[in-house]
Amino acid sequence: MGSISLQHVKKSFGEVQIIPDISLDIKDGEFVVFVGPSGCGKSTLLRLIAGLEDTTGGTILLDGEDMTKAPPARRGLAMVFQSYALYPHMTVRDNIAFPLKMAKMSKEEIDRKVEYAARTLNLTSYLDRRPRALSGGQRQRVAIGRAIVREPKAFLFDEPLSNLDAALRVNMRLEITELHQQLKTTMIYVTHDQVEAMTMADRIVVLNAGNVEQFGSPLDLYKKPANRFVAGFIGSPKMNFVDGPEASKHNAHSIGVRPEHFVLSRDPAAGSWKGKVAVAEQLGSDTFLHVNVDGLGLMTVRTDGERTFNHGDDVYLTPDQSRIYRFDAAGLSL
Amino acid sequence: MARSVSVQAKAGYTIAAWVIALVLFSPILWVLLTAFKTEAEAIASRPTFLPETFTLENFAAVQERSDYFKHAINSIVVSVGSTLLGLVLGIPAAWAMAFAPTKRTKDVLMWMLSTKMMPAVGVLIPIYLIFRDLRLLDTVHGLTIIMTLINLPIIIWMLYTYFKEIPVDILEAARMDGAELWNEIVHVLVPMAVPGIASTLLLNVILAWNEAFWTITLTSGRAGTLTAFISSFSSPQGLFLAKLSAASLLAIAPILLLGWFSQKQLVRGLTFGAVK
Ligand SMILES: Nc1ncnc2c1ncn2[C@@H]1O[C@H](COP(=O)(O)OP(=O)(O)OP(=O)(O)O)[C@@H](O)[C@H]1O
Ligand SMILES: [Mg+2]
Repeated sequence: MGSISLQHVKKSFGEVQIIPDISLDIKDGEFVVFVGPSGCGKSTLLRLIAGLEDTTGGTILLDGEDMTKAPPARRGLAMVFQSYALYPHMTVRDNIAFPLKMAKMSKEEIDRKVEYAARTLNLTSYLDRRPRALSGGQRQRVAIGRAIVREPKAFLFDEPLSNLDAALRVNMRLEITELHQQLKTTMIYVTHDQVEAMTMADRIVVLNAGNVEQFGSPLDLYKKPANRFVAGFIGSPKMNFVDGPEASKHNAHSIGVRPEHFVLSRDPAAGSWKGKVAVAEQLGSDTFLHVNVDGLGLMTVRTDGERTFNHGDDVYLTPDQSRIYRFDAAGLSL
Repeated sequence: MARSVSVQAKAGYTIAAWVIALVLFSPILWVLLTAFKTEAEAIASRPTFLPETFTLENFAAVQERSDYFKHAINSIVVSVGSTLLGLVLGIPAAWAMAFAPTKRTKDVLMWMLSTKMMPAVGVLIPIYLIFRDLRLLDTVHGLTIIMTLINLPIIIWMLYTYFKEIPVDILEAARMDGAELWNEIVHVLVPMAVPGIASTLLLNVILAWNEAFWTITLTSGRAGTLTAFISSFSSPQGLFLAKLSAASLLAIAPILLLGWFSQKQLVRGLTFGAVK
């Protein structure tokens, strides 16, 4: 069991308020991702749940039990740190066994669990090494092993993959997702990589300056962003925003069009915007065009990789009328 | 380190290092040589370098007049005891200041260090009176307590600087893994800080061993340490230089050996964190 409920949680460091007031309900077994720009308070929120920081106000419930004042050791949560935070003076075996020793398990049970975790994570041949003698990916696995052996109520991950190279990151992403499907334990995962957020999460919490902008499934956030911030944050490349008269035509203060929601042609069409290609980024599968649209500024357009465009080409962009996002003056979706 | 140092420069550094080391070592060397001379030769107006008549009589006289081994044991008990007690108090204190600092942590550290800036004689009378009233005068445990107190600021400062080098993530990981404070300190912090703790231990044993002010003023016969033992050989009358040298040599020999064998550890500990 591992439901987590935050009720009006607040956090200040001295005079500086980092989290004004957050309420969240995370269901048992859910994979929740916290995303947001750097410094928005993702790690702080995770550390409040972990008990590594004290709240300034509000209540934290784990499985319905008030844990606001409980020390981390009593909360029954496991955490995987960005820096891995392995114990450098212990072997891999002792690192993984440490939480079990703290729980005063018998020697045989510890050995059995460590062997099992090591087999699951392909660490069997490294059990007697020190962390210093492991690669980044192996260290990350040890950190995960240390977290899973104790069968916690929930896992907390703080940007666990950001120190790995791109290929390994994709692998570990899949491994963590598989682990979740296998264990069905609640996981909270902090990242500012929105691909990780979209692909791994059951639900995403979008944070901005310590506030929850939206909490919903990845597709919800993509299709029905609550406001301009979420619309701009979710989706890659970013949504294009237009205000002024063009937005007024749609009875909105500003409108947004995703790069993938344009029809691109070399000839004018009804309702199309004329522009010049500034940069064409060819990825093979896709091409991203950065187009200078007359009177509207730079727009990003996604098109298939087969078509070639060059700097200076004249193009016409036609936004898909059914997929235009409309926002009011305060930035809320209409 | 791809810096190339010319042979001449290397030779220059080597010679300079030897000269400095010899200058620093010369008093000890002089004591060593004098201890084996006769009293007459020791104060001869034309000093000799090597003893003309090699004699062990000073050592015999010293042992006969006051019991070397009793003093040595007192020294060991006081220096090791006060250092261990200091570590037991200092490790949790340094943990708190390094990993759970408050607004006033820096001030507390400064204040602790400031107690070392006052000459010891400034608190002689109150300490003496307290010791008298608590019947701690001339006792080994009384001396251990005062030695712990005077070295505690240094112990805490040294441990604090070593602990600051340890990533707090690792201690937080231990907390998440279910370690209560005691286990966090014993199983994670202390093993990681072993080099720092070892050099703190060594340095403080040496400091306590060589401390003379309190050991001389607070003891008379029973609890005297080797520093008190040495001072008992400097008398205003008679010839005492050779015997004093013999006593000094006996007093510093154990700590000299300790320093010699733990050199590597000391240097490593004292430069800990300086090179990453
Ligand atoms: N111990 C602290 N004392 C004072 N301010 C802090 C402390 N920890 C964090 N902050 C501040 O709180 C804010 C949020 O920090 P936090 O680490 O939660 O951000 P984040 O969303 O995790 O960012 P990133 O993506 O860069 O990791 C930052 O402005 C940071 O400077
Ligand atoms: Mg962070």
